[in-house]
Formats: sequence, structure tokens, C-alpha cells
Amino acid sequence: MTGQGISQVVVYAVVLVALAYPLGLYMARVFGSLRAPRGLGPIERGFYRLLGTDPRREQDWKSYGLTVLVFSLVFSGLLYAVQRLQNHLFLNPDHMKAVPSHLALNTTASFVTNTNWQYYGGESTMSYLTQMAGLAVQQFVSAAVGIAVMVAVIRGIARRTSNSLGNFWVDFYRSLVYVLLPLTLILAVILISQGVPQTFSGHATATTLEGATQVITRGPAASMIAIKQLGTNGGGFWNSNSAVPFENPNGLTNFLEMVAILLIPAAQVFMFGKMVLARRHALMVFAAMFALFVAGVAVNYPAEQHGSQVLRSSGVNLAAGSGQSGGNMQDKEVRFGLASTAVWTTATSDASNGSVNGGLDAQTPAGGAVPLINLFVGEVIFGGVGSGLYGMFFYIVIAIFVAGLMVGRTPEWLGKKIEAREIKYAALGALFVPTMVLAMTAVAIATKLGTASIFNPGAHGFTETLYAYTSQGNNNGSAFAGYGLTNFAAEFGTVALYLGRFVPLLAALALGGSLGRKKAVPASAGTFRTDGATFAVLLVGVIVLTAGLMILPALTLGPIVEGLS
Amino acid sequence: MIVRNLRQSLIAMVVVTVVFGLGYPAVMTGFAQVAFSHQANGSLITIDGKVVGSGLAAQAFSKPQYFRERLSATSPPYNAGATTFSNLGPTSSALRKQVAVAIAGIMKLEGPYDQGLTVHDIPVDAVTTSGSGIDPDISPAYALLQAHRVAEVRHMSLAAVHRLISENTDGRSLDFFGEPGVNVLKLNLALDRAQGKAS
Repeated sequence: MTGQGISQVVVYAVVLVALAYPLGLYMARVFGSLRAPRGLGPIERGFYRLLGTDPRREQDWKSYGLTVLVFSLVFSGLLYAVQRLQNHLFLNPDHMKAVPSHLALNTTASFVTNTNWQYYGGESTMSYLTQMAGLAVQQFVSAAVGIAVMVAVIRGIARRTSNSLGNFWVDFYRSLVYVLLPLTLILAVILISQGVPQTFSGHATATTLEGATQVITRGPAASMIAIKQLGTNGGGFWNSNSAVPFENPNGLTNFLEMVAILLIPAAQVFMFGKMVLARRHALMVFAAMFALFVAGVAVNYPAEQHGSQVLRSSGVNLAAGSGQSGGNMQDKEVRFGLASTAVWTTATSDASNGSVNGGLDAQTPAGGAVPLINLFVGEVIFGGVGSGLYGMFFYIVIAIFVAGLMVGRTPEWLGKKIEAREIKYAALGALFVPTMVLAMTAVAIATKLGTASIFNPGAHGFTETLYAYTSQGNNNGSAFAGYGLTNFAAEFGTVALYLGRFVPLLAALALGGSLGRKKAVPASAGTFRTDGATFAVLLVGVIVLTAGLMILPALTLGPIVEGLS
Repeated sequence: MIVRNLRQSLIAMVVVTVVFGLGYPAVMTGFAQVAFSHQANGSLITIDGKVVGSGLAAQAFSKPQYFRERLSATSPPYNAGATTFSNLGPTSSALRKQVAVAIAGIMKLEGPYDQGLTVHDIPVDAVTTSGSGIDPDISPAYALLQAHRVAEVRHMSLAAVHRLISENTDGRSLDFFGEPGVNVLKLNLALDRAQGKAS
């Protein structure tokens, strides 16, 4: 590690907080009242008229959830059709064939669920139309759906004796147009200026200095990469994602794309504090997330700088300084070096982003365990756009419940009694995905159908499998990318993707609905305070214990065995 | 209620796809082509109107007068049309072999021009695959290692080669973000230009 590297990490954290705080307050305004920003009201009302929805008519949690489900399924149909028919449609200058059915199925589920797990290389599989009007549209839509659901759940926490959580179409429109679109436009313009292609011309062909022919793929990439980063999507235009120079040309774009990963997930915590009038409580939630983020970087960066056994024993120079950043450079890019790749790896797996600026499969056992553990925690360390915070609500409820048991009183959260029903929803939301992931990994490891996907032998192959289902189940999308596509892997993954998205989503809405119906109880001397450091520590403890204990046995079979061998 | 949801979802789907899937990228493309046409079209480098590569993609170099790129896991190497990681795990025997072959290759290629060269002088980026397979940069350390060979083969002074290396080194963005790297294609083009020939 170098001082320069560490200062890049610090500057990242400072810039992130400095941008997220005002954005969070802005988002609280966007969702806090029905008034549209100046001059934009007519367009917004036009959208509602077209849909035939009255923005003032709100939905209860079941109705809200049903709309989300129907909308997501309808969009799934379109995305599948576009992939299957892309060879007959326009904007296909590089003559891509139709996407095979199993791959199209998995990819559809992957993008509709904000996951962006990719069993394909974008530049060699997808037409421009599929990239921009199929996949990138879902990068906007799935993110907006996540934000909408989060806002609805927050309303449930804030409201008293109310059945309604808001109107989905209003929350969706506002996420899309007032939050995601402006940020995306800014980032896309910067990326274009730095060298990310944005063109409808097909590939370029170069004759190299030594006379060989080189195909250079390009396309409408910047417009996609901006929302891919901001919407915790992660699905890139090229196979090697943001490691590819066209997707991420230099240190500046790398920094901005990294900030974009955590920007909205961090901002939404401040938004929450403002909307429920509990700034200090939100600050403690933020502190818990931030501590876990820092812990990830603090493990990954030194582990990667130390380098793998193979590289160390080879005798080459791994030391940072004197003209190189050193360390484990396998599957990493020179212009980013070790520090930036460590921050990216941690941020992308804290958030449900899943984009990468270097390969994860080649990381050291300790370094690669960081994204795996982060994923397993359920994408709540800032987490996905929308889904990160509503996922964190499950852990908050459990933490408050545990605290209530310790002091022997009915637990309360922001003036609402936490009772059996809330605990059930929180437990379902927090435990469903890890349980499903472990079961699916077991099946994939125990059957020939499953092991056919494995690329690296031994313990590392187990980690690849565990990572594949953890990533899809938790809707992250990053990969130990050696794990290969088979029909079984595509179908099994599709199940993990849809269940991993919609079971916690509905559990969160149910939790919000249940809290919204409750009366407020005044805080008393016996109320466990949720706005102090004790709460932040307890929350971290609950997260580490709940998720940690579930994944520890699996970790021993994968990275730990590998680290010892 | 389902029917109402279906109808609303279908309308929203069409509107959102048209606006965000077609309108938005079209507007961005229009803007990009006008304001940043070089960057927007792949940062292509042309000589006498012919495209020789991109400033953002490595290409294969095997002649001794050229600086070499990092290793590439794509097939064939430096395939800018199908980028990929190597995905070799940290304990993999394939990785061990890749590193050993790379070290042997460098010792054989550079050793005759640099008498004191030892394995420990080889920077790690010289024996590892890049993330994209088309990393356009090598570390300044790897460039300095190759400078002896290039200078001797081209009958240039070492100082002149060093000067071209530093001219084609991209520093950290804003002097802070990322790490310095030497753009191999641009460096090799600069060498050819310095000696007044195309290749």
C-alpha cells in the first residue's frame, strides 16, 4: 500500500458523503410532496393521464406490490422478445444473431431484477438496440422500481394509522425523471468527453503497426454506462465491464464511476432521516454501513497488494512504487492500480452494483472473500438503489428486537411498537435469500449438471459456484467470471434472480404496511434509543452475526481452504 | 385490478422504452458526435487516413523494435471485439505456468540487451494478464525495462527512448486519480515517427 493509494481511498469517502448528503435532502423533497419541480408539472400530469391513474389515489401494500409484480413481468416479456428477435430488428450494424433462449431467459431475469448478472459478452452478443432499448431501459426501470418501493416502505414507517403507502406510478415516475435522469445525463456527458464511445456506427477495423487486422467494437455505450453505475445495475457494454478502457478510460472516469456506485445508496439514508424526521437515527444507520464499507477496503486492499502465492514465489517485483503499483495485477488494469480496484471491488459488492474494474476470480483468497461476504450480507451496506435501505430495515427491526429482549420491554422503532408480525416479515426478508442461496449452491455442487459450470479446480471452483448463486440471489451481478453458462445454470439462476428480488421486496412492503397501520407510542425512559452509537454498534453486530454465521461454514470450504493451501 | 395493472404497465412500458431506450441514447449520440467526435467514435488513431488502432486498446507487437503490451487472455490476444479476464484463480496451476512462461520470455528477449537483468527487475504487470485483455498501458517500470532493447535495435540513444517514454506516459488523472501508465501504441508510433518511417 502507498500513501497515495490510501489518500485516494480517503478522498473517495469524503467526496461520496459530500455529494450524497445534499442529494438525499433533494430526494426527500422529490418524494415528500406532490408538487412537481417548476415547469415540469404538465409533463408529469400527462404521464398520469396517459396511464389513467389519479396521482392522489394511494395504494395499500398489497396493491402496490401487485403493481410492481405485474409491471416487472410485462417488461420481462418485452426484454426477452427484443433479445430473441434482435437479428430481425433495426440498429444491429454488427449483425448479431438472436440470443439463444436460455441465455435470453437468464439475462431477462437478471436485468429486470436490477442484478445484471451476465452470462454473455455484450460486445459479441447484443445488438445496439438490445443494449440501449432493452438492457439499458431496465437499468433505469429496475432502479426506479427499487427507489419507489423504498419510498413506500418509508411512508409506512412515517405514517400513523394509515393503510396507504403511496401511488406506485407517482413514485416510479419521480425516481426515473427527477432522480435518475439528471444524474445520468451529467455522468454520460463526462464519460463521453473522456473517451467512452457513443455512436451508432458499427465496429471500426484497424490495420495494426505490424499489419494485423484488429476489430474495435464500439456503440452507444456512454449512455448505458452512466445508468449502469448510478442505478446499481452493473451490466456493462463490454464483457470485461469497467476494466475495458472504452468503458472506463482513465483514473478520473474510474473515480466518478466509483462514486456513482454508492451515490444514491448513500443518499437514500439521508433521505430516510429527513422523511421520518429522525436525522440522528439515520446518521447511525449510515455510520454502521460506512464502518462495514471501510472494513471491506481494509481487508481487500492489503490482501491484493500483498499478492498471491503464485506471484510471490515467482520472484517478480510486487513492491509498490518505483514505476508500478505492484501487488496482484492479474486481471487488473495498469491505469487503476491496486487502491482504486480495491475500493471499486468493495463498493460494487456493498451496493448491489456488480460492475467490476478488474477480475474477481483472480483475486487472492482474502481479497476475493470480501465481495463474497458483502454479497452474503444481503446488499445492505448502502446496498442497491432502494433495495439496500429496505433490506437494511429488516436488520434494524431484528436489532431493535434483540435490544428489546435484553431490556425486557416491547421493542419500539421510531415510535412504533415492533410486534410478532413485524419480526416475521423482517426475518423473512433477512433470511430468505441466504437460505435459498446455500440450498442452491448445495444442489449445484452435488450434481453433474451444476459442476459442469465450474472453471477453476478445487476449492476455488466451489467459491465460483457459491459466488454465482450468492450474486444472483442477492441481485448483485458481479461474478467469479469463470463460472460458465449451461442450460441448468441459466434456469437455476433465473429462479434465484426472481425470488431473490421479489420475496424481500414484498416482505419490505408488508413490513411498511404493517407499521403504517400502527398508532404512535410516545418514547419513555425504557425505550431503547436508536439514535446513539450503541445502536450503530448493535446493528453492525446483528448484521455480522446473522449473515456471518450463515456463510462461515461455506467460507471454510472455499476461500479459507484455498488460503491455507 | 389485474387488468388495470396490465393496461397501465403496457402503456408505461411503451412510453419508457421510447423515451429512455431510444430518445435518450439518440440525443446523447447526437451531442457526442458534434461535441466529442474523436472520443465518441472510439479514440481511433489514423495515419494518412488509415486507422492503425485506438488509443484505448492494446494491439499485438512482436517485432523487436517495438515495446510489448501486457499479456491478454482474449482469443486471439488483444481482441477488442471480445474482451475477457483470464479468470485464473490465485492458486491455479495455469496461472503458475502463465507467469513462468512470461518470465522466461522476458529474460530471453530483454536479457541480451540488459546484462544485469534479474527476475526481480521484472514488474508484476509484465507477467500478468490485464482485466480487459486490451489494457493500452504498461507500467513505467516495464517500459524502462524494455527501453534497452528498443534503443539498441533502433540504434537510438537510451536517453532518447526514455524521453519518448515519458512523453507517452499518462499520469494520474488531475495528478491524483488512478496510476501512471505508458500507452504502448502511442509510444511505438512516436518511435517510428522519430525515425521517420511508418514501421
